[in-house]
Amino acid sequence: MNIDDIKREFPIFDDKIQNNDLVYLDSANSSQKPRVVVDRIYDFYTKEFSNVGRSVHYLAVAATNLYEQTRVSVQKYINAKDKDEIVFTKGATEAINLVANTFGQKYLSEGDEVLLTELEHHSNYVPWHFLRKAKNIKIEFAEINDNGEVTLEALEKKITNKTKIISVSHLSNVTGAILPIKEIVKLAHSKNIPVLIDGCQGAPHLKLDMQDIDCDFYAISGHKMYGPTGIGILYAKKKWLDDLPPYQGGGGMINEVKKEGITYGELPNKYEAGTMATAQVIAFNESIKFMEKIGIQNIEKHEKELLDYGLEKLRKNNSVNIIGNPKKKGGVISFTIEGVHPHDIATILDEDGVAIRAGHHCCQILHDKLNLPATARASFGVYNTKDDIDKLDEAINKCKKIFNL
Amino acid sequence: MDLKDLYQEIILDHGKNPRNLGKFDNYNKDAKGNNPLCGDNVHVYLRLNENKKVEDIAFEGHGCAISMASASIMTDMVRGKEEKEVKEIVTDFLGMIKEKDSLETNILNDDEKTKLMSLSGVKQYPMRVKCATLSWHTLTSALDNSDQIAKTEK
Repeated sequence: MNIDDIKREFPIFDDKIQNNDLVYLDSANSSQKPRVVVDRIYDFYTKEFSNVGRSVHYLAVAATNLYEQTRVSVQKYINAKDKDEIVFTKGATEAINLVANTFGQKYLSEGDEVLLTELEHHSNYVPWHFLRKAKNIKIEFAEINDNGEVTLEALEKKITNKTKIISVSHLSNVTGAILPIKEIVKLAHSKNIPVLIDGCQGAPHLKLDMQDIDCDFYAISGHKMYGPTGIGILYAKKKWLDDLPPYQGGGGMINEVKKEGITYGELPNKYEAGTMATAQVIAFNESIKFMEKIGIQNIEKHEKELLDYGLEKLRKNNSVNIIGNPKKKGGVISFTIEGVHPHDIATILDEDGVAIRAGHHCCQILHDKLNLPATARASFGVYNTKDDIDKLDEAINKCKKIFNL
Repeated sequence: MDLKDLYQEIILDHGKNPRNLGKFDNYNKDAKGNNPLCGDNVHVYLRLNENKKVEDIAFEGHGCAISMASASIMTDMVRGKEEKEVKEIVTDFLGMIKEKDSLETNILNDDEKTKLMSLSGVKQYPMRVKCATLSWHTLTSALDNSDQIAKTEK
């Protein structure tokens, strides 16, 4: 595959940003959008718009079909058994909240334990914390090791007979560690514990096969997969979606509404109350097609090359300290520079058009553990090149110069 | 935009070697502040004497060069001033960082004003304004005996 050709499919790189060529190294935060996705939103609103699943006029039927086509595309892309196992949400955050809320309602009571890891993003901690407050449940954290990874053994140590659900990241947005999710699921299932995987960083970069992983729930963020904001996916095994109560009430999710009672709709409508992010769902189909066209294996290979090149380059740069050294690692490099705060790094890099993120990356538990208030993070997408990494390295040198290092 | 406006020598100096960093024993007012966006935090301690004069002031915390320099310069500047004067300086400083071109208060001499104006470079970097203002909001909380943790987000 030719990265220059791929990069040309992203309109953001057409123009200078603040007089610089954009070196976008913040894809773990949100990826840029290919033209096909942007155009699809425009075309839908200008030529095809209607609400879905309600009216019987031509546009409504056509929009409904398009909306459902994305569901089938996602099903195939992640190899789910059934299209009804795909629930659209406003993002991965909502997908996790949906599970925490409904599973919590039905299956968690005082003293029960939810097992997370120290790597989790706030979106895979705060929703469970709500249950800690409401139901007096306990939250346990599997510990990271010195490499910034969570091993199967570390997780197993924290499983007790009170553990009711395990919820873990597929790929850490800070250390880049890829967790052994298949083994985790196997272990958990041997103890009858369901598993939710936060796939925000997994889905854009790794091959997904729900039937092979065998997890109970998998949360996906659309905007990190070259798709629009406002769209996420909850994959859940059908037995759970049939079993758990609805999440939000409103139009579209009901079967019959009477003064004396209400029955709920069938899947997938049961979990999609109200008017959904229709245009975004329809455009997300283009993101899937875009990724399929390149091939996830090729994306993985390309990002691995960038990662290896980046690690080699930054390790050679004095005073740069790379956070974590996991054996299996995705395209994320978090780092610090001795004597320069990450926010200062980010501001100085930005001056040369190098866009990174600085802060705790919504992982305060992890940063507390690492005893670092903040880190700087460069993360890769399919459009990045080795040249981008050279520019990162040069900008870091400029940073060191300003701070007299 | 010019990085030199933001990272002036005085900022780098105060950022690297913050004055009044640490805690002293006989403080009678204090407050914590944090920036939820980045996790930076600051804790301001001060001692007002019976004449409402700031006898001593110090701060603990961690943050970027801008926030450390701002807290360092601030604590230097308000020591020895009366509470009323401190509040006027805070209002003047926050006003300058937000919109005004210069400092207007008569309490500060020209040297002091020049020192404070070294922080005006953040105006060109909207995301960094909060770094410069955190310790000042926290100082206000401490003077007002507010139990609330000062935040840069309102």
